[in-house]
Amino acid sequence: MTELAGLTLAAPVLVASGCGGTGRELAAYGPLADLGGFVTRSITLNPRPGGPQPRIAETPSGLVHAVGLQNPGLEPFLATELPWLAQQGTRVVVSIAGSSLGEYAELARRLGRSPGVSAIEVNLSSPDAPTTGVFDVREPFHAASVVAAVHRDLPRGVPVLAKLRTDVVRVVESARTVLDAGADAVVVGNALPAAMPDGRQAGLSGPAILPVALRCVAEVCADLPDAQVVGAGGITSVDDARSFLAVGATAVQVGAALLHDPTAAARIVAGLHAATTDATTD
Amino acid sequence: MTQAPRPGPVHVTGELLATKKVGAYHHLTLVAPGVADGFRPGNFVALSVSESRLARRSFWIHRVKPVGGYGAVLELVVEAVGPGTTWLTRLAPGSRLEVTGPLGRPFALPKEAVSCVLVGEGYAAAPLFPLAERLRERDCAVTLVVAGPDEAHLLSALEARRSARSVTVVTADGSVGRRGSVADAIDEVLARAGAEVVYAAGPVPTLHAVAAAAEAHGAWSQTALERPLACATGLCQGCVVPVVGEDGVSRTARACSDGPVLRGDRVRWADLEAVR
Repeated sequence: MTELAGLTLAAPVLVASGCGGTGRELAAYGPLADLGGFVTRSITLNPRPGGPQPRIAETPSGLVHAVGLQNPGLEPFLATELPWLAQQGTRVVVSIAGSSLGEYAELARRLGRSPGVSAIEVNLSSPDAPTTGVFDVREPFHAASVVAAVHRDLPRGVPVLAKLRTDVVRVVESARTVLDAGADAVVVGNALPAAMPDGRQAGLSGPAILPVALRCVAEVCADLPDAQVVGAGGITSVDDARSFLAVGATAVQVGAALLHDPTAAARIVAGLHAATTDATTD
Repeated sequence: MTQAPRPGPVHVTGELLATKKVGAYHHLTLVAPGVADGFRPGNFVALSVSESRLARRSFWIHRVKPVGGYGAVLELVVEAVGPGTTWLTRLAPGSRLEVTGPLGRPFALPKEAVSCVLVGEGYAAAPLFPLAERLRERDCAVTLVVAGPDEAHLLSALEARRSARSVTVVTADGSVGRRGSVADAIDEVLARAGAEVVYAAGPVPTLHAVAAAAEAHGAWSQTALERPLACATGLCQGCVVPVVGEDGVSRTARACSDGPVLRGDRVRWADLEAVR
């Protein structure tokens, strides 16, 4: 069992935002209840059709993606996706993205009162924010103002996870600032800002970015020993997950690996569990 | 049009049994436990091609056949066009590879015995052969159109003659059959067959031509789209296709999980062709 932001998780492994579809697609390969939690793709107040094609390109050990935060918007999410997710016996973390502080607050207010929402993850690191019209977090105080708005409007007992970009220079300062603003934990790791082959703004995910994410997680854990940190970025194996846990992460998120192998998160959970069992029986 | 519930997809480690070169294509025989169980024509599989390539490579299931000692094996048709497909066609028999399937929404079958025209271009004709079998089991009259740029890119034209009442072969260079494109031939074929349902698999312009011809003839069309798929499992939203919903509202569908078979009158073909 893992304790994260006051929540008990069945395992220290969550599905990263945007990589688990609506949850149903993943559930075809195994119960979501086996995982520590499921983070939804970022939900916005209004529906978003997403960006133009092509949206995904392959690079060595990575994927470059410009999906443009495609999602049905808050109302259809509450009506059709959340009720199903809430019945899967896993922790449901809803990722949110807004174009203004008011939108973030509105999302927090509505989601915080919805049964089945275990936590809110605030997406403060969308790699293509300027083109998607999402609130562009450039400075740590931008991130803090979003977290404060969300925190103010959430009922008590619904923790806030702040998802930060892996900017090695600013990540510790960003983490400290959002924790001061009310975040219960930080998620360190998102797609790195990148470009599609045609130059459009995009994010880079996959094993290619793991060392960058690991460096950022290690620095935040070292400088802010009291902070709870969820590590994410290019994790595809049990050993990858162990590297993040070893530098101080409380849990990890598995993202792009699921696009390559829909059983990746469950496999990592099983691997970590087997190792723990071995250690205790030795 | 009806579909019974079926076992879901699985992600397993498979084994390549054999690779056979036929014309311009490679026919791969694959052991993948559990994948064949829920197979319906129009389903596909996603394969991992080496550890460092994250995007999956997707292939139509051409055949499911029992092989002694292995249960049901899969046959796929691969054209080596890029690094992933080239890697696959060079893979030694006995190699292990990750297989996910059966994936996607298959062809819908008519409830009654109606006249069906099946159009396949290039390797994309692969799913039409098992479809023809299912349709013949339902006493449907099956007319096949097999097309390609030249004879080397015609899939199993000989076998086509066994699976269908009538076969039309079309090649762009006229090396075999009639010279031209599917678009040139389709009207005549639909009229001759009195087609009530048209199934098609191939490049987008061919599917567009078939869907338009079907509509002009008052036939239903079922088009199997082939789009680049990153995950192939409905997770990544990378393969969206512009469609018109039942309610007349324009939206997008995922080629991998809402498709790959979509009703031809629902796809916004002009918008799809504008995607490069």
